[in-house]
Amino acid sequence: MSDQIKQATQEYATRLGDDSVVLGHRISEWVSYGPFLEEDIAYGNVALDYIGRARMFYTYAAELADDGRDEDDFAYMRNDREYRNLLLMELPKGDFAYSQVRQLFADVYYTLMLPELLQSKDETLSAIAAKAIKETKYHLRRSRDWVLRLGDGTDESHQRAQKAVDQLWGYTHELFDMDETEQLLADAGIGVDVAGLRDRWLEMISAILTEATLTVPEDSWAVRGGRIGYHTENLGHMLTEMQIVHRSHPGCKW
Amino acid sequence: MTTPQEENFMRKISAEEKIEPKDWMPDAYRKNLIRQISQHAHSEVIGMQPEGNWLTRAPSLRRKAILLSKIQDEAGHGLYLYSACETLGISRSEMIEQLQSGAAKYSSIFNYPTLTWADVGAIGWLVDGAAIVNQVSLQRTSYGPYSRGMIRICKEESFHQRQGYEAMLALAKGSEGQKAMAQDALDRFYWPALMMFGPHDSESAHSQKSMEWKIKRETNDDLRQKFVDQTVKQIEVLGLEHPDKNIKWNEARGHYDSSDLNWDEFWSVINGNGHCNRQRVEHHIAAHDEGEWVRDAITAYNEKKRAKNAQHAA
Repeated sequence: MSDQIKQATQEYATRLGDDSVVLGHRISEWVSYGPFLEEDIAYGNVALDYIGRARMFYTYAAELADDGRDEDDFAYMRNDREYRNLLLMELPKGDFAYSQVRQLFADVYYTLMLPELLQSKDETLSAIAAKAIKETKYHLRRSRDWVLRLGDGTDESHQRAQKAVDQLWGYTHELFDMDETEQLLADAGIGVDVAGLRDRWLEMISAILTEATLTVPEDSWAVRGGRIGYHTENLGHMLTEMQIVHRSHPGCKW
Repeated sequence: MTTPQEENFMRKISAEEKIEPKDWMPDAYRKNLIRQISQHAHSEVIGMQPEGNWLTRAPSLRRKAILLSKIQDEAGHGLYLYSACETLGISRSEMIEQLQSGAAKYSSIFNYPTLTWADVGAIGWLVDGAAIVNQVSLQRTSYGPYSRGMIRICKEESFHQRQGYEAMLALAKGSEGQKAMAQDALDRFYWPALMMFGPHDSESAHSQKSMEWKIKRETNDDLRQKFVDQTVKQIEVLGLEHPDKNIKWNEARGHYDSSDLNWDEFWSVINGNGHCNRQRVEHHIAAHDEGEWVRDAITAYNEKKRAKNAQHAA
């Protein structure tokens, strides 16, 4: 592996780890707050999958960095400006509709992105994708079912679901942005060319929203910046909470 | 005058045969079981809160994953226990109403606050540990669905206890700060863990009948003694100080002697006046109320589907 590719791969694994840890953290905030006990269990399950992915991506990033850091250094010792997650993942949990619509957007994204990552020439990334694909299949079944039920349920649930779709839509464009690092890796057959996934994502999402009697928004606004560390105000608070114990006891093992 | 039904019931109990949902049982037996099993289910569910309090602050990704997985197991236990209780003719929504109105209790241990990360370890080790001592005994309980639930639950609880102990060990062998955190958690959770076994046998309202019907298999004080005995060595291995300064091996009894508990505190927390009683119930009510529109949405959606399918069929 050339130095340039190695560095880019480390950056890429960190980004994917950041996406996973941030979304996993947000989902975990639902535990004991779900509408009924089965949902607490389901949320716990999905959060656990994402935390597991984060660990695998960070461990790989740490291996490539080869500077003595481990997965927890990546998760706990970087500040919000150093985090590289997509903004969609860091938005607060909101109400049940908001979380489920966000989940649907993410799940369809991973449904398209992970099979491409499975083809990666990088064996580690490919192996992580293989595991994650199975999880995402279950995640999508759940978020799709929920969006259908909320969209086509009561007036209130419909309104809440539509509001969530409208509020989240502007954060979905960033999912398909490519920069130099990702382009380099896509050209090398290591990373995924996400720009090419947007049409299929839109097609799948439109079909589900339409079945749920929800309206697909116009592309009238877009917010970007997660991949360069330009975040919403929410991430700083999230990381403050997540990192407090770890940072209060520097260098300790847990 | 005992009826033939009662005689048959008592014969099964004496012969260690399980009572099954469709079998005849005395009303008081049924009531007693509903009280105990629903209380157990509610404890699993309310117990998600003090541990959940640390989900977003777990100090490593590994610990975060372990904690998530543990809480998920607890919720699962809540589900089986609600189902076991439903076989006695009460619905889950009735049980939840009783929890929220205060008519049904849950284990008082969850009315103590979790103040540091070490409390998560202490709960796994001591609280799950005390629960296991009780639940191992309940594997032989006379009601079939409860007994089978306990067998399954015990396996997972043992796993939680080991993980909790291992988390405490990491702290106890860690920095000064970590060790102090572990000692503090032990000092706070040791006594309430002993109280989990309930009042002295002489004070226990439901004990006698429950023993006779083999719902309970061992008395509160005997189970508590087992837990006291097994914990001494565990504290030694951690290298922490035992919170009970009077703990002393008694050769004649073959058990440790220990201090009596603060029963005023015990009754005060049971009666709703602990640190977190109000908070725990309010949290449950708030989440339940906030979820109402979601549950309504499912009902409405299912009705629409049914109507559509009926139209197709016609």
